[in-house]
Amino acid sequence: MPHTVNCQIDHLSVNIQPGATILEAARSIHIQIPTLCYHSDLCVAGNCRLCMVEQVGADRLLPACATPVTEGMEILTNSQKVRHARKVMLELLMSEHRSDCTHCYKNGRCELQNLASEYLVQDGRFIDLVPFKNYTIDDLSPSIIKDDAKCIRCQRCVRTCAEIQAVSALAVAHKGAEMKISTFFDLPMAEVVCTNCGQCVTHCPTGALVEKNYIDAVWQAMDDDARHVVVQTAPAVRIALGEALGLEPGQIVTGKMVAALRRLGFDSVLDTDFSADLTIIEEGHELLQRLREVIRDKNPQVKLPMTTSCSPGWIKFLEHLYPDLLPHLSTAKSPQQMFGALAKTYYARRIGMDAKNMVSVSVMPCTAKKFEAARPEMCASGFRDVDYVLTTRELAMMIRQAGIDFLSLPDDEFDSIMGQSSGAGVIFGATGGVMEAALRTVYEVVTGREVPFDGLNIVPVRGLEQVKEAALTISSPLPEWGFLDGVTLKTCVVHGLAGAREVMKKVADGSCDYHFIEIMACPGGCLGGGGQPMPVSDHVREMRARAIYRDDAGKAIRKSHENPDVVKLYEDFLKEPLGHLSHQLLHTHYVARKRY
Amino acid sequence: MAPRHLMRLDLIFKDEHDVAPLVRQTLARGRDDIVNELIASGLKGRGGAGFPTGLKWKLTADAPGDEKYVICNADEGEPGTFKDREILMRVPEKVLAGMAVCAKVIGARQGFIYLRGEYRFLRAQLQQVIDGFHAVLDEAGLPFRIEIFMGSGAYICGEESALFESMEGQRGEPRNKPPYPTQCGFRNAPTVINNVETLAHTYSIFKYGAEKFRDLGVQDSRGSKVFSVSGDTPVPGIYELEFGMTLQRFVEDFGDGDTKAVQVGGASGFCVPRKRFERTIIGYQGKLTGTSLPTGGSMMLFNSSRSMYNVLHNYLEFFVEESCGQCTPCRVGTQQLLRGIEGVKRGELSSATLDALLDLAETMRLTAKCGLGQSVANSFASIVENFREEMIY
Ligand SMILES: Cc1cc2nc3c(=O)[nH]c(=O)nc-3n(C[C@H](O)[C@H](O)[C@H](O)COP(=O)(O)O)c2cc1C
Ligand code: SF4
Ligand code: FES
Repeated sequence: MPHTVNCQIDHLSVNIQPGATILEAARSIHIQIPTLCYHSDLCVAGNCRLCMVEQVGADRLLPACATPVTEGMEILTNSQKVRHARKVMLELLMSEHRSDCTHCYKNGRCELQNLASEYLVQDGRFIDLVPFKNYTIDDLSPSIIKDDAKCIRCQRCVRTCAEIQAVSALAVAHKGAEMKISTFFDLPMAEVVCTNCGQCVTHCPTGALVEKNYIDAVWQAMDDDARHVVVQTAPAVRIALGEALGLEPGQIVTGKMVAALRRLGFDSVLDTDFSADLTIIEEGHELLQRLREVIRDKNPQVKLPMTTSCSPGWIKFLEHLYPDLLPHLSTAKSPQQMFGALAKTYYARRIGMDAKNMVSVSVMPCTAKKFEAARPEMCASGFRDVDYVLTTRELAMMIRQAGIDFLSLPDDEFDSIMGQSSGAGVIFGATGGVMEAALRTVYEVVTGREVPFDGLNIVPVRGLEQVKEAALTISSPLPEWGFLDGVTLKTCVVHGLAGAREVMKKVADGSCDYHFIEIMACPGGCLGGGGQPMPVSDHVREMRARAIYRDDAGKAIRKSHENPDVVKLYEDFLKEPLGHLSHQLLHTHYVARKRY
Repeated sequence: MAPRHLMRLDLIFKDEHDVAPLVRQTLARGRDDIVNELIASGLKGRGGAGFPTGLKWKLTADAPGDEKYVICNADEGEPGTFKDREILMRVPEKVLAGMAVCAKVIGARQGFIYLRGEYRFLRAQLQQVIDGFHAVLDEAGLPFRIEIFMGSGAYICGEESALFESMEGQRGEPRNKPPYPTQCGFRNAPTVINNVETLAHTYSIFKYGAEKFRDLGVQDSRGSKVFSVSGDTPVPGIYELEFGMTLQRFVEDFGDGDTKAVQVGGASGFCVPRKRFERTIIGYQGKLTGTSLPTGGSMMLFNSSRSMYNVLHNYLEFFVEESCGQCTPCRVGTQQLLRGIEGVKRGELSSATLDALLDLAETMRLTAKCGLGQSVANSFASIVENFREEMIY
């Protein structure tokens, strides 16, 4: 077997590993071949037929994305035959697609539109098929809008939902002209197993799947002088927002983001990182409590492993698919909802504001957070704790609408009271971050010493591997935690629900002995969330992760329990972790849901 | 009225009473011996694509893998084709014998018959024959079992890779090729998939020898072929004929005296107008003089009372519905062709639209993922080019 394969693409020689596709070979020498159904996160479908190339001597064209190169192959990517086929493919897709681009939410960010303009696709060769179809828009979900008229059947969403998430809320139904992307019995997305993670949205090339946006509602709230609009921004927003505003992936734009939020008209600009630290305190103590009850008290009612609960997509996944395992979920709310509950209680009191005049907005990397904020449990303050959830993409849109030249903004700082954060709060945005943050705090609570990792960096839980494990043996604990002496704390970190499913199967059949599992619904954690800028790929996620860890390393405070705003919150208000007020405001319960 | 000129053959449907001994005898032969005989016979697949059967078996035998499968494609979905049903009703044991020999050659322990959903009525009878046949295999010492898998009525599931998907419990959508089934088929294992008739022919070859089979037919098209004759003919039905006849001879035997066109190979085949009958030879596309046609064996005759617009409209409706819908050229292209000819017929689109549609059909041929979308151009171009006025007026 030769170690490389030689072929020619557009008369240029390429040497590439066996098994590589024509597309990969072309990209390796910087020849771009247009694609639509291809996505580096997903298996190859080969159904849009846009990437067709010519093999010298062959009659039919070949799909570059799905054809492995063979020795001596001669490929043309820009012949007359190829250009014609490409254009016809685009025209056919446009004929089936409601092409009212100027009214489309994806206008300007649509892959089909970009290609149509690149290849000068003009209207009219084909009959507009849209009037013959019975297209409907499904906008019943608080998170996602599905418009079949914009769908080009590339099945990227279907593959995403199946391969990355193992949910398959979206699937292909019918055949021929009737073929469509559908749900179980074509029910609205809001009524099926959909976790609202939004991965389908970040993988959709057109406007067929988009987030439900709350931009106008937020403008309206800010326009109303009688209302005090508070905004919180999640850890993963500041390292990705730049991408939607012209920067390369991996730039930290916290200061500019804060400045922009102020310019947009938010009255208090606060930080979800603050409540991420708070989550660590509550969730960490819950873990310790469970360990005490299981290890010391041998209480069979208490479940280990405990799993994290900050990813609402993950929660809904568990509610639908493993309702029996709900007792494993930490009762701690997500940072967004802890923040929301405190904004309209603690914060309102501190700034002397009547909570009923407050509007609480969050900016999240996530579409599931829109659903989470609308859950009936999430009214601990007596009001809806979080009124509107915007994605990173929506915030970028508002910044553009407001005519703000983002890149030239001077850096600004979050407001006080709920605006400070530690590096531990920052890394919440990456897979493994919650685990790392929790271990930094839990280990210290138990032993009085810092976690035994160089520079507090718990490297085994970092990175884009789907399932990561780390073990930490506790020795010489403080007297109160004597029962943990010699105990090896076993942890597991998973991102993407396909991985979560595998781990939960093990939890269900008892074939794993973890104590604590971090699960994030989205690949890479929140940094790869369904509300983040597009396009996304492993490279982009890697760049964002690096930015997050850079941010953490640069922080003066690296541990949640040392966040001064959090310390003050406990002193002045909550009194103690897992206390009465905490239970009222910061913890929640879950509901078993059906599979359909 | 019986066909006059064409010699009818009686190979496939001939009652043979020696299946068990023949199977034993053939299974005792060496693998290479069997494969070489098949290759020498010149047998090509009767399911549509015409791939050399001996080579298919050889490639699968040589492919690495412990698990291999033999699948008999009995999905028979091509409009105007009903010969596989007849073979399975009358001589099923020949098909089973072919599968068993194939299993021995490639090293398969499990075989399947993918039976068209509409042929459910055949199932019980076929199962009985299979049960009896298993006893023969046990005697012969071949650890091989055959199971029936019921299709559900989608035409596309006759396409081999869609058929595997369907058997695996997935949506019946064709896969990307390569890899081909010989390397990566059912359950990603090397798989021989053959048409019912192809397998039945292997029986004749093992019985009478490659030489005899090769003597029949011409050049690239050897042996006999079972034809499903329908349409404007006084003698519709199933006929086994030798390859290599001209369409003229065929029409003389089967036409009603007023035949204006014959659709050869079903909806995905070609339409031949009267003026071309003499020059058209029935066989695989190869180096024959005149035009030659691939054939799954469907021959639909149309007389002058038929509107070729209606014929084409009917085929296009079939494709619009039976495309699996995954790839752009086929899913959207078929709809454009159908709406396009409707628009021309109604006078809403100019007749020049037909040229744009011909171009589209050609682009579909070049770009579609599987044989379905690739072959829509066959009937479309041959009907539109030969009967252009009928499309317009
Ligand atoms: C759309 C489509 C439908 C097909 N339907 C059938 C079928 O019903 N029966 C069949 O034997 N082959 C069918 N084929 C051909 C098969 O893919 C495959 O080539 C054949 O079963 C191989 O057997 P053979 O080599 O014996 O011909 C179909 C192909 C296509 C593209
Ligand atoms: S050509 Fe048609 S049937 Fe074949 S894969 Fe494409 S859409 Fe499906
Ligand atoms: S990108 Fe290759 S077929 Fe769609």
